[in-house]
Amino acid sequence: MSARQPARLVTRREFVETAAIAGTGLLIGFSLPAGRAAPAASNAELNAWIHIGSDDVITILTSEYEMGQGVLTSIPQILAEELDADWTKVRSRHAPTDSRKYGMQGTFGSTSIRQGYNNLRKAGAAAREMLLRAAAETWSVDPASCQTENGTVVHTASGRRLTYGQLAERAARVPPPENPRLKDPRDFRIVGKSLKRLDVTPKVTGAAVFGTDVRVPGMLTAQVVHPPYFGGRVKSFDATRALAVPGVRHVVEIPTGVAVIADDFWSAKQGRDALSVTWDPGPHADLSSEKITSLLRDLVKKPGMVARSEGDVAQAIEGAARRIEATYEVPYLAHACMEPLNCTADVRADRCEVWAATQSPTGTQQAAARITGLAPERVTVHALLMGGGFGRRTQTDFVADAVHASKAIGRPVKVIWTREDDMAAGYYRPVGYNQLTAALDAAGRPVAWRHLIASAPLRVGQNGMDATAIEGAANLPYAIPNVYVSWARADLPVPTHFWRSVGNSQNGFITESFIDEVAHAAGKDPVAFRLALLAGHPRHARALKLAAEKAGWGTPPPAGRARGAAVLEAFGSITAEVAEVSVSGGAVRVHKVVCAVDCGVVINPDIVAAQIESAVAFGLSAALYGEITLEAGRVRQKNFDDYPILRMDEMPAVETHIIAEGDPVGGIGEAGTPTIAPALCNAIFALTGKRIRKLPIGRLT
Amino acid sequence: MPPITLTVNGKTHQVNVAPDTPLLWVLRDTLGLTGTKYGCGTGQCLACTVHLDGAASFSCVVPVSAAQGKKITTIEGLANGNGLHPVQRAWIEEDVPQCGYCQSGQIMAATALLARNPNPTDSDIDAAMKGNLCRCGTYNRIRRAIHRAAKGAVE
Repeated sequence: MSARQPARLVTRREFVETAAIAGTGLLIGFSLPAGRAAPAASNAELNAWIHIGSDDVITILTSEYEMGQGVLTSIPQILAEELDADWTKVRSRHAPTDSRKYGMQGTFGSTSIRQGYNNLRKAGAAAREMLLRAAAETWSVDPASCQTENGTVVHTASGRRLTYGQLAERAARVPPPENPRLKDPRDFRIVGKSLKRLDVTPKVTGAAVFGTDVRVPGMLTAQVVHPPYFGGRVKSFDATRALAVPGVRHVVEIPTGVAVIADDFWSAKQGRDALSVTWDPGPHADLSSEKITSLLRDLVKKPGMVARSEGDVAQAIEGAARRIEATYEVPYLAHACMEPLNCTADVRADRCEVWAATQSPTGTQQAAARITGLAPERVTVHALLMGGGFGRRTQTDFVADAVHASKAIGRPVKVIWTREDDMAAGYYRPVGYNQLTAALDAAGRPVAWRHLIASAPLRVGQNGMDATAIEGAANLPYAIPNVYVSWARADLPVPTHFWRSVGNSQNGFITESFIDEVAHAAGKDPVAFRLALLAGHPRHARALKLAAEKAGWGTPPPAGRARGAAVLEAFGSITAEVAEVSVSGGAVRVHKVVCAVDCGVVINPDIVAAQIESAVAFGLSAALYGEITLEAGRVRQKNFDDYPILRMDEMPAVETHIIAEGDPVGGIGEAGTPTIAPALCNAIFALTGKRIRKLPIGRLT
Repeated sequence: MPPITLTVNGKTHQVNVAPDTPLLWVLRDTLGLTGTKYGCGTGQCLACTVHLDGAASFSCVVPVSAAQGKKITTIEGLANGNGLHPVQRAWIEEDVPQCGYCQSGQIMAATALLARNPNPTDSDIDAAMKGNLCRCGTYNRIRRAIHRAAKGAVE
């Protein structure tokens, strides 16, 4: 993690045209820390811009990309606050992709606000001071005698005022201040308010342009038939019947499969159905979920890499009054974004243009550059709205399809994956098998905790450890004197990837279920048991107490229901959830979820609440139904009938309580996801005595 | 093959497509009405919902030939000269959309529901809306927006 760097401010009136903003005015570019895993960009890390037009309209261009999480609203809120802007004049959109101007562009890891907050404030404050100085110069008065007020600068003594739009030209010539004065958060009137999202109207009129909605002159539409086996290849294909389908123009083999390229989607689909491909299945044609489970079961018994070791766990377990043991299993999961993956590319001899709903415009640019052999700056990427992302759209496999197809035929091509393509293509949340042992002393206090993880790797570091495999496990917050957590790497050919909340999604379920088992074994209330072990983690304790209190923990639930609780830190935020659950004829029903989330600073409480609702729905879909399984080398699941997601009649009421006391700024897009599965499973145990140690839950028997 | 005549959002179009082409792809690719979305192609997610003679229909599985002679309404045709449809306004007031991809279908399902049942109960809403999937989990806001529109409580 790179240190936070101060915002670097550059005014560039000449950039107006390249940024494709009409009119002139003040344009300020500012940098946010490159952070993440990417090295700092060389000399230009301007990844957001404020443009103030002479019509007073303020346009925020952001290098954080909208997939539903609200960045097109929350980032402008921070800037507008320090700018002292008139919120009704603020607009926002994605910045163009240009690594020379913006550095690394991408949105993942719940970093937009976590890493951007301080610099966004500073950038807004700098712009405010520039406008204020421009007004003081206009009036030939001391800047100290002026103040800003809702998009205007006022000279207090004379009552004269000028709008930001009137001042923008002049302000562009004011040198940006090095250390602008920030507002006292007590004076905030935009940050911390549930302002309406800026991206909603086009999303209710059909005007919003998602990746799949792009139309480029001369464009054809393609489907790509991928090998159905991981590691498989095209052996041969017969395109005769496919080419006979009206509207089908080309059938070409590309490195990712066979592309059927047609005038429109439906012709491409008909052509694809008529295509006959013989596959070389490669070395994994006999892979199955049963084999994967068996491999993991063996692996977990072997020594893994040590993720955390305190005290002497073996000895503590040996000498303990009581031992609790369990194994936990989690499956591969698909992201199943509502918008199936798609990309449009126009590859020419000397340049390439790509339109994609992507979380990673820079990755998209690099992928297209690699395939075409062009320099990255010859690749223009248009980052469109995403119909869901959840991590999947940081990959570029769908980009490769379109770039290869356009390159092959020399025309713009839009590749749209079918739902079935999307489900089978891989890049799943990793599968895992876990062996846990805890020990209690004679007084029922936990003295040892051992968590052995065997899972498919996702991001292995230079030291051989995968930090994502152990997050939510190695940072167990409970005060237990002997703790041992290890990870064993299962090499499998199935591609894995970030899935909303990443390793926390598995480990949150496992650790928060097992601590509940330990509490019950000790004969203690599961919330009280946790709180007694959280003295060293007051934010965890506070969130858990708040959720428990608001959910009526300790009072009898409605007849036929029980409650379960869980708490976890992820992405700098702490989330505690209490689920109220009933079971009828084997069917599990979650009626209500009370969530307390400590995200340090809250920009827009309603967006935080929306993200918690979303995380609960996402986590419940996975807990109840989600699994990708393999049989004879192929993925079994094809569509929403065998990979169900939560429906309206299954959605619980969700009550969100936000704690924001200025602690380090936490992320919110993913944080609420991991705790719903253990809260639900702990409630099922409280209700039925049945402990769920393998997801998905399905129907209880 | 003879052209197919379609009436979409009050306008008549002649399209030269195979009669078994799903209406969805005629709307999106032939007529350029991209507000109606593709999600599954099998009528399971209902992102493709449009109205045929006022009834919610799943355009990814309706052959275009079956839409001939019917009044087709898509999300683009919901607003009229007086501005947005009350359901669209309710969606804005409740800040329903997150990613927004399924919302055209959700709104078309909700307007069809309210047209035949102006004051739906929660279970009426469940029955009418449970086929429309939302991966962002906006269901509770959808429910609130439908109640708001039903009450005429939109600005």
